[in-house]
Amino acid sequence: MPTNSASAVSIRALVKRFGSFVAVDHVTLEVSKGEIFGFLGPNGAGKSTTIRILCGLLEPTEGAATVGGMDVATQSELIKQHIGYMSQRFSLYDDLTVEENIDFFSGIYGVAEDKAAARKDYVLKMAGLQHRRSSLTRLLSGGWKQRLALGCAILHEPPILFLDEPTSGVDPIARRQFWDLIYQLSGAGHTIFVSTHYMDEAEYCHRIALMYAGKVIALGTPAELKQSLESHQILYVESSDIRGSMTLIEKLPGVTDVAVFGGGLHVTVDNAETASPSIRRTLDDAHISTMQIERIQPSMEDVFVAKIEQEERNAA
Amino acid sequence: MNFVRWRAVARKEFLHIRRDPRSLALSLAVPLLLLLMFGWALTLDVDRIPTYVYDWDGTPESRALIDQFRGSRYFDIQRYVHAYAPVDKQVDLSHILMVLVVPRDYARDILEGREADVQVIFDGSDSNTASIALGYAQSVIAVYGAELRSEAQIRRGAGKLKAAVDPRIRVMYNSDLESKNFIVPGLIAVTMMIIAALLTSLTVAREWETGTMEPLLSTPLRPAEIILGKLSAFFTLGFTDMLICVLVGVFIFHVPFRGSVWFLMFSSFLFLFGALCWGILVSTLARSQLVAYQVGILTSFLPAFLLSGFIYSIENMPKVIQAITYVVPARYFVSILKGVFLKGAGIRILATETAFLFVYASLAFFLAVKKMRQKVA
Repeated sequence: MPTNSASAVSIRALVKRFGSFVAVDHVTLEVSKGEIFGFLGPNGAGKSTTIRILCGLLEPTEGAATVGGMDVATQSELIKQHIGYMSQRFSLYDDLTVEENIDFFSGIYGVAEDKAAARKDYVLKMAGLQHRRSSLTRLLSGGWKQRLALGCAILHEPPILFLDEPTSGVDPIARRQFWDLIYQLSGAGHTIFVSTHYMDEAEYCHRIALMYAGKVIALGTPAELKQSLESHQILYVESSDIRGSMTLIEKLPGVTDVAVFGGGLHVTVDNAETASPSIRRTLDDAHISTMQIERIQPSMEDVFVAKIEQEERNAA
Repeated sequence: MNFVRWRAVARKEFLHIRRDPRSLALSLAVPLLLLLMFGWALTLDVDRIPTYVYDWDGTPESRALIDQFRGSRYFDIQRYVHAYAPVDKQVDLSHILMVLVVPRDYARDILEGREADVQVIFDGSDSNTASIALGYAQSVIAVYGAELRSEAQIRRGAGKLKAAVDPRIRVMYNSDLESKNFIVPGLIAVTMMIIAALLTSLTVAREWETGTMEPLLSTPLRPAEIILGKLSAFFTLGFTDMLICVLVGVFIFHVPFRGSVWFLMFSSFLFLFGALCWGILVSTLARSQLVAYQVGILTSFLPAFLLSGFIYSIENMPKVIQAITYVVPARYFVSILKGVFLKGAGIRILATETAFLFVYASLAFFLAVKKMRQKVA
């Protein structure tokens, strides 16, 4: 594949319409080589559609995109030899054994015969499936299946990997293990384009794009995105009466949002310095004892909620 | 076209078949079952027609006539009755199909040289059987009548009367006129069509339903490789079924096989290839296993059964329907099978049919590849 271009994936004003529905709305972004690029957004935001276009499964309505320097509209057959794709439904054959699934994908990716055995061992080891190579895939748990599906997608050592919600429906430990694998692959030089709707997973990515209603509404490193929320400072408030304090705080000037978070409240304010004493005063007046008021770093979820609200305000 | 990728798909399909022994057993048992059921049940031969006799005359002459019927294997005289009432009831119950009524003056008319009347009553509700029985009865009576006339001439001393025209009939190919000989070869085509649809209709739809199709399309795998890989597995099964059918036809139904085995193999190859590609095309278009199965059976079994000339002769159909039969591939295969089995015909005589099968197979393959190539949505 051409190596002269520095970006692994380049998308320009990409549009995909299904009838009158706009699934992808003028998306533009670049993914550098070796990067773990996260595609974050709720279900139906257009993440899967974008990934399918990049993998040559769908044709774009407008705009252009290249993968590894190759054009998705005209060179999709060539692209397919250089990518690995894992869909959200770990696309394995349930009635085949672990090994047979690997052999099948090895065959259709055209892995050379002298390399196939070594690649199979590598994948079995990576997925931790050495001792289950003869098990029917049906009998594997979600986490195993997920790692096997990833393994099958990298048999041919593709420089670019597209993972479409690879962690949906598996337990937290398996998710953690899966991200360890992604780091390993990234360390080995693979570019990884991964979509997810788990906010915590965004923190693992080098860079993320927030997608909402077909549009990219924010793009940057996790730290950059959190910093971009300067006008949205967040206070963590813990009190003796959460419900009561919530209704009181909502009415205060300078408060844009109050949400229950664990045992306390996340209060989004314009200015933490002035809001903090006024909240304490209000609660004291209502005879609610305040245990804690503290300015905290916004989480990815806070960023996401704030960006979507901003987007909706702009649209309205 | 890449052989390694093709082989990978074929191997996977064989594994699917092996892992599902029930479907495998079914796909081998179904043709056998169909062939046996249809072969035995679907007989158009009419013999041992259940008959009642109402002999008003009760003379040696009337008994001589009745003996003509008793001696024939086509009639089975079950009872002698002496009134019309039991006859009506038995006809209504479909217990009997024919009643021979000899009137009171039968013997007197014969002896006095007058024309004697005989009444034959049929149950016409099954028109096909009734008309065949009618033919038998007419010919028994006509032959016997001619015999009586000739005897009478001799008695009068006029010498034996020669018939003006004496037909000498030779039936070619199916000399016993046994319907199984013409049904069984055609049945093979119908059975193969059903099996092909059964085997393939689910295959692509299943991959769409379980979500395995999408990743396949993201790999370098080409549509033609997917189809040929799947075909390799199903073809092996289908061809085994084909051989089972031929062997059952020859050894169980004793259908004469007069043609070339190689030509039979070659034409079966073309037909099966086309039928399997058709099944894959249906499966690709349907994307749901249930719809694929229904459409598959509907578009393969019905035309093969009704419009192939396997049992209902195409020449007797309305012109519009006749025109439609030209696009039913089973029509050509039925002609080939009947030709090869009964007439020993080869490719020179069946060239047109073979050419049509070739066109059908190529077209079905081409369309299946084209539809498979289409993108996810």
